[in-house]
Amino acid sequence: MRDRHVVRGLLALPAVGGLGALLAWGFSGLPPFGDFHGFYGQLLNAIVLPQRHTTNVVTAIVFDYRGFDTMGEEFILFAAVVGVVILLRENNAGMTRAAQADFVRSDAIRFFGVPILGLVVLVGLWLAAFGLVTPGGGFQGGVAIASGIVVLYLTVGYRHWHRLGDERRLDPFEGIGAGAYVAVGIAALIAGAPFLHNLLGPGTPGTLFSGGSMSILNWAVAIEVAAANLVLYTEFLQRLVAPKELER
Amino acid sequence: MIATIAPIQATALVLVALGATAVALCTNPLRQIILSGVYGFVLAILFVTLQAPDVALSMLVVSTVAFPLIVLAAITRSRQRTRRRRE
Repeated sequence: MRDRHVVRGLLALPAVGGLGALLAWGFSGLPPFGDFHGFYGQLLNAIVLPQRHTTNVVTAIVFDYRGFDTMGEEFILFAAVVGVVILLRENNAGMTRAAQADFVRSDAIRFFGVPILGLVVLVGLWLAAFGLVTPGGGFQGGVAIASGIVVLYLTVGYRHWHRLGDERRLDPFEGIGAGAYVAVGIAALIAGAPFLHNLLGPGTPGTLFSGGSMSILNWAVAIEVAAANLVLYTEFLQRLVAPKELER
Repeated sequence: MIATIAPIQATALVLVALGATAVALCTNPLRQIILSGVYGFVLAILFVTLQAPDVALSMLVVSTVAFPLIVLAAITRSRQRTRRRRE
């Protein structure tokens, strides 16, 4: 046993040393703290508010200047969730006895759980809605909404979660979220502009009506991300709570 | 535009270093998940002090809920399976 540790250590030594040397070399060449060389970043900081009328530059980059990249990222998530669903899919989708018995007995947790659920979902909606004005956006909002809903499982129990965490109900939202993004892009093409061109005009800065087409893309991503996360949780919790039926 | 590192940023950096070391040195998977959640939270604080609230929010929502939940589910699953194999 000890010999194996020694051999492993000896084998790791050159790799760790080499990696450490590379890291040290890389870090020694970094610009000083706070000295930002990215010209593109400085340019965007200067032009986003006059051009796109959004006060959150990050969201403008994600949904407008780099909107095509975000579409790719959205479909990465979509494909990943489809992969998980295919891998974990089971034929018997009904609730098992083990799952039915899985509920929270503590009154305190149930009592505080429901307000927490509401609060987290509200924060998620707020993050998504004001993504073009203040920090946040569709992705963060979507994950927060899904996290809020999963509190239902954590504080009330699987049976109540099962009603919401039903894949047949969630899949349409995922599809709509992913599809709406592409639809906005194609609408711009039909209007004779480049793909994902901001058709709806810039709007008023600092309000919910800033950003034009970006707000549609933002909500599309929020819906897609929330649904994708919920599908993931549904699949994992199903495998977690109802394991006995699966082993057959 | 060269700024000096502020005390709060230095504190956050030290906390991140401590958190990362704690996650790496922890051998119990359950504790490691909770530690990684705490580490993600500290990392989010660092991003806030570095004026990157959007990144901080992404870090927060992913590292404190989504990631621990899925890893926890996977660990519980594999434990159930090994227990059954032993029986």
